Amino acid sequence: MIDRRDFLKGCVACSVTAASISVAGKNAFAAGSFEGYPDAMGVLVDLTRCVGCRSCEAACNNEQKLPEPDLPFDDQSVFMEQRRTTPKAYTVVNKYEVADKNTLFRKMQCNHCNEPACLTSCFVNAYTKTKEGAVIYNSKVCVGCRNCMIACPFNIPAYSYSSPTNPLVKKCIFCYDTRLKNGRPPACVEICPQQVMTFGHRSDLIEMGHERIKSNPAKYVNKLYGEKEVGGTSWMYLSSVDFDKIGLDNHMQNEPIISNVKDFLGMVPMVLSIWPALFTGIHLLATKNKGEHGDHDHKEGDQQ
Amino acid sequence: MHAVKRQMIMAITGALFLVSSTCFGAGIPDKVTIDSIQKYYSAVDFNHAAHINTLKDCGLCHHHTTGAQVNDPNCVRCHKNSGAQAVVSCKGCHAAEPFTPEALKRQRDQVPPIYHMDKVGLKGAYHLGCLGCHKKMGGPTGCQDCHKRNVSGDAIFHSNTYTPKSTNEPKQSHH
Ligand code: SF4
Ligand code: SF4
Repeated sequence: MIDRRDFLKGCVACSVTAASISVAGKNAFAAGSFEGYPDAMGVLVDLTRCVGCRSCEAACNNEQKLPEPDLPFDDQSVFMEQRRTTPKAYTVVNKYEVADKNTLFRKMQCNHCNEPACLTSCFVNAYTKTKEGAVIYNSKVCVGCRNCMIACPFNIPAYSYSSPTNPLVKKCIFCYDTRLKNGRPPACVEICPQQVMTFGHRSDLIEMGHERIKSNPAKYVNKLYGEKEVGGTSWMYLSSVDFDKIGLDNHMQNEPIISNVKDFLGMVPMVLSIWPALFTGIHLLATKNKGEHGDHDHKEGDQQ
Repeated sequence: MHAVKRQMIMAITGALFLVSSTCFGAGIPDKVTIDSIQKYYSAVDFNHAAHINTLKDCGLCHHHTTGAQVNDPNCVRCHKNSGAQAVVSCKGCHAAEPFTPEALKRQRDQVPPIYHMDKVGLKGAYHLGCLGCHKKMGGPTGCQDCHKRNVSGDAIFHSNTYTPKSTNEPKQSHH
């Protein structure tokens, strides 16, 4: 498996030539300078409150009309292993054994980055960061290259191989279509008995998060995870233990992932002009995963 | 029931210096049916009297609202002497729908813009309060120990009659 950063750098290198054919007037994404939309919503996740009931998983399954799960959502045996998001489950709760026989649960889903690496790595512009804060995608234009999967620092986008007509990439969309765009909180937030998740304006949540730490310094580690990480995320976390212990990288860079490949990013909208250069990168990836991807290459070629 | 009530009243007067008359004037219920947010579970028949007997401090659940002595260091800062409030029930202050645009606006605009900013919704208030204490004091902590899940609950959890077919195979087979 090629390292994802190397892969991205590879793409950049091979598209430098194309970069010079700049298309004026395109609303280029100013990487590194984007503070998030002023009225964007977010979710403050207080991990000290979670009891691992998995109601959020059930609500997500129901809201997003996902396939029947393998096990009922009240089956606690799933905690025997660490799970990740799949095309059938946009959110999963994992259990972590931390100090003093304590356990902590962490629900994982897309964090809806301010400057999403998935978005910037997608050369067909399938992703959109909405003004409400959601990172959504257009499955109709997805060509199945899996760039976003490699780029995402939180390992979120999942891939559906089940049907060629189905969207290929699948992930949490903050219940954008059914809820967020009408000002309503996502289904998981609403169902959670413990109000682990507080929905609100991201700016208010940042204040709220720091206020919680301040008024209870013994309870929380002094960090609001996601306030700064990779340029800030809409979903932010409070924890009673080091984030490293619960599967969140404590040393995540504060710059957006994509600043690493900034020059490349300005050109994201000009997909078509840089296509041939990118193709080399894709081909590299595709041949590393033989069998799954041969036909996609063909499809991409056709569209050109 | 009468005995419980008497006991309870004695307990309170014994434990507290300051019991406002409003507290009793409003009539303390022995039983409360918590049914305002049932969707996937049935109502909770809450034995108020038994909880009063065990805890003997109204403020543990009702914060500064009952007129009893305020012990919570956070509440004390403003509400040391603010007395009994007209509303003491959970749902009187904790919104059943805390995240609607209107609720968020209310929260944002409140005066003074501090302390109550981060007030949990009604469901959160119940569970964080009840479950938090039950964990510490060894009370029941299973979801269905307090409220039975109903049919829509089973459906959304894919449980009981809605259990996925594949689950019926011996579970141990998958290591
Ligand atoms: S619904 Fe809430 S308490 Fe239950 S597992 Fe999900 S986040 Fe945790
Ligand atoms: S968490 Fe991953 S999938 Fe979600 S917005 Fe960020 S980069 Fe994209």
